[in-house]
Amino acid sequence: MSDRVRMGVFAVTGVGLLAFLLWGLAGLPDFGTYRGPYGDILNRIAVPERSATDVVTAVNFDYRAFDTLGEEFILFAAVVGVTSILRAMRGERTRAPDDEAAGRRVPETSLAVRVIGLGLGPPTLLIGIYIVAHGHQTPGGGFQGGVILATALLLTYLSADYATMRRVGPTWLSELAEGMGAAGFALVGVAGLVAGGAFFENFLGKGTPGELLSAGTILASNFAVGLAVTGGFALMLSEFLQQTLTRRRGRGRRPRARRT
Amino acid sequence: MSFLPYAVVAYVAAIGLYGVVTSRNLVHLVICLSVMQSSSYLLLLSIGSQKDASAPIFADVPLGTRAVDPVVQALTLTDVVVGTTVTALLLALAVQAHKRYGTADPSELRPERR
Repeated sequence: MSDRVRMGVFAVTGVGLLAFLLWGLAGLPDFGTYRGPYGDILNRIAVPERSATDVVTAVNFDYRAFDTLGEEFILFAAVVGVTSILRAMRGERTRAPDDEAAGRRVPETSLAVRVIGLGLGPPTLLIGIYIVAHGHQTPGGGFQGGVILATALLLTYLSADYATMRRVGPTWLSELAEGMGAAGFALVGVAGLVAGGAFFENFLGKGTPGELLSAGTILASNFAVGLAVTGGFALMLSEFLQQTLTRRRGRGRRPRARRT
Repeated sequence: MSFLPYAVVAYVAAIGLYGVVTSRNLVHLVICLSVMQSSSYLLLLSIGSQKDASAPIFADVPLGTRAVDPVVQALTLTDVVVGTTVTALLLALAVQAHKRYGTADPSELRPERR
């Protein structure tokens, strides 16, 4: 398709799509006038019913937990997809890379980056765990905390190198975390079915609002999802990094046995 | 000005789609797609917003304080997570396409000849 034909098709369909979009948006209530009722109801009952002061997390991991299970498995499927797409041509990548900037030397990581990266690692881990553990009280939860935890692994790459990152977070560990987390979240749902009679029934004690051990299964779900997200993102990060690194390594700088 | 957030939604969606259609680089294309998708975050949050309402977090404010709709916020979280993972998947495809065809320009990708 030539550029002109493509722009023509886009102009016609784009104008049509925009018209439909504006038509639909015009039918929405005015900005700032929320009509409810579900949000208002949830804001009223989430704390007395579930002891979860973060109503968003209560919705995600309790009232609409089944939805989040689907979301979790979309993440799982995407991680499996990334891993298998980037693995498919592994045999081919061992030959000399055809990098466009073949003559360019890759500069060493500067000392400042190494030191700061190393120093940021432990606080990042701590913040990640904090965000996961307090998801039912303050903004945060398994998804947000999990991404922060995976960032800690990326910091080891920044401050050291790829091989060190793989030693700190080897593939089997990431895969285990991803699998265990996803399965654990589903098991929380099944446990609710067994103990409470409904999938994702919050069967654990709700505790006192504001305490760390409260909100029942929401806390458990947050930890399971946090584990899964950490593993999943760590896996995707190392897959993408491996793409660039095998190319870099193939140029004769620092040849090293592959650790996968 | 109560329509302004919706106008921004339409604008972000349109400009993202324009980027996807005219893109000359697969990585750029994937980013444009996520720009387009971010209009849905804005739409969801706009629908749930209320005048003079706080976030639906009752850790520091007393219960009964006017707060925005938590359901659309939870949906936005789902949206963000799904968007990120799809972006990762598409970028992986872009990497493989570049390796196989030696170009990241979508208009130069040709079907395999057998």
